[in-house]
Amino acid sequence: MKGVRHYPGFLPMAVGCLVILYAPLVVVMIYSFNGSTSITTWGGFSWRWYADVFTGPEAPRFKAAAWNSLSIALIAATTATAIAVAAAVAMIRGGRFRGKSATFALINLPLMVPEIVVAVACLIFFSTIGLTTGYLTILLAHITFCIPFAYLPIAARLQGIEDTYEQAARDLYATRGQAFRLILLPLMMPGILSGFLLAFIISLDDFIITNFVKGAGMETLPTAIFGSVKQGIKPNIMAISTMMLAVSVFFVTLSYLVNRIGQRTRS
Amino acid sequence: MSTAIDIRSVVKRYGTATALHGVSLSISDNEFFTLLGPSGCGKTTLLRCIAGFEDVTEGEIRLFGQDIAALEPNHRPVNTVFQQYALFPHMTVLENVAFGLKMKGMGLSDRNARAGRMLEMVHLSAFADRLPAQLSGGQQQRVALARALAPEPKVLLLDEPLSALDLKLRQAMRVELKTLQEQTGITFIFVTHDQEEALTMSDRIAVMSQGRVQQIGTARDIYEAPVNRFVADFIGETNLLEVVVDRVEGDSARVILPGGHAITCAAAGNGPGKHHISIRPERLSLAATGDLTATVERIVYLGTDLQLLTRLTTGEEFHVRLQNSARTELPAPGSTVALHLEEGAARLLAD
Repeated sequence: MKGVRHYPGFLPMAVGCLVILYAPLVVVMIYSFNGSTSITTWGGFSWRWYADVFTGPEAPRFKAAAWNSLSIALIAATTATAIAVAAAVAMIRGGRFRGKSATFALINLPLMVPEIVVAVACLIFFSTIGLTTGYLTILLAHITFCIPFAYLPIAARLQGIEDTYEQAARDLYATRGQAFRLILLPLMMPGILSGFLLAFIISLDDFIITNFVKGAGMETLPTAIFGSVKQGIKPNIMAISTMMLAVSVFFVTLSYLVNRIGQRTRS
Repeated sequence: MSTAIDIRSVVKRYGTATALHGVSLSISDNEFFTLLGPSGCGKTTLLRCIAGFEDVTEGEIRLFGQDIAALEPNHRPVNTVFQQYALFPHMTVLENVAFGLKMKGMGLSDRNARAGRMLEMVHLSAFADRLPAQLSGGQQQRVALARALAPEPKVLLLDEPLSALDLKLRQAMRVELKTLQEQTGITFIFVTHDQEEALTMSDRIAVMSQGRVQQIGTARDIYEAPVNRFVADFIGETNLLEVVVDRVEGDSARVILPGGHAITCAAAGNGPGKHHISIRPERLSLAATGDLTATVERIVYLGTDLQLLTRLTTGEEFHVRLQNSARTELPAPGSTVALHLEEGAARLLAD
């Protein structure tokens, strides 16, 4: 049988799709190196907008926002990963229990619920329990929506690990805890890392929910960029966007590589 | 000889399905004992009950007199060689073998020395620092053995450990396993569906079917004196014939063979009536006048043997094996032959 590549029109269609997907990103990346102050006319290659991000008038704002974004992403991803590991072990090694599919749906539902609904719900929830919006509310919201993203790669990995490894450990005088710590956890590690990185990126990137629960004066990078753009698009936004893109690509690639190495060490 | 494992009316149920129907058997210390049966007969379930991976629903399992049914797997002095070996992929061969010793609290240098000796025993010292994935199937198998033997268990459980190997390796491993068992003096409980494996290695065999033990005995016992149709049919090749038991006197029964000829054979505890006998194809010879009359349909050349596929005058298929020898005069296909039963060749079955 011929592969899909041999169908007529495959190449133009593929190229067309890739252009639609990536042309805007490429334009932003190119114009981040624009020497002129206009966002549409090319004024020669320059690093000036990158310098502007770190030293310009908006630099303190961006720096504070970047610090918030990174620290929230780190804490939220770590917490969400820990919860996701526990959930995955319970779901996959817990045998049959009542409401298993319902539990599975509940863990993954946040992936399907429109973000705006989660955002509004979080805001109402926080104000109902009397929590002032700010750093803490952003963090709590991020932990919540990061869990399914961390869960998926971890659960996929665990599904592929036969339970005979733990049985072998138990048979060789390991307690339940030792079997988990010395055998299952190291075998799950590629999935855990992959889940962590995915959660990290999702948190770093989030705008809608963050914007609802952040409170006045508190900014993460996406909300800071949005705030900046509202006063007119300047080329420094393209520079900061390009840097965020680079960070995202780096982490996603890392997540992919970790998973691939994990696949090789299995069996 | 003391009893290593005493299994008393063990029942295992999964919901409404019953995997073991009151299994009782006792295994002596230093014995190579095999649980043999087709897949789904309950042999692996029984092994997992002994290891502690499954709870027994009823009955008890005693290890050197101690009831172990309530103990967690890590508190049972038995170790398992798994079917797919289950070597820890992120640990070296040496770390794998030393794992059980580490869990028992042995210090680093002691356990590495002991693990090293175990690897020597299975001829894998050169591979101590490799990862399991870098070894061949046969080598992984030997690492799994060394790992399970290292903590000096009282009983070693082997769950079809040879099934993933190719034929040549499997045959070599049979000899090695038997040697290891004699060297270490540890009781081996070996699970297999391969009757040849069971016959060549075991001191005793328990033939299992549908969650029940059908017969326990030496290889010779179960091959030559099967108690029922299942055992006769499962172990080796046999001819099962429906016969009429004419009368039973003490230990012997008079049996009317198809075709009307009467013979005497050992009684099987059942009275007169319709029963079955088993006749091994190699316990027959061609004769001028015999106990059975058959027509030769085909002759199959097997190298060491010749197999005659015949049909009795009463219609049943009947197989005969003759040793391949220059003196063997072969009947032509289509000809009628008389078959003589050797003394004791016909075995009356209980069901």
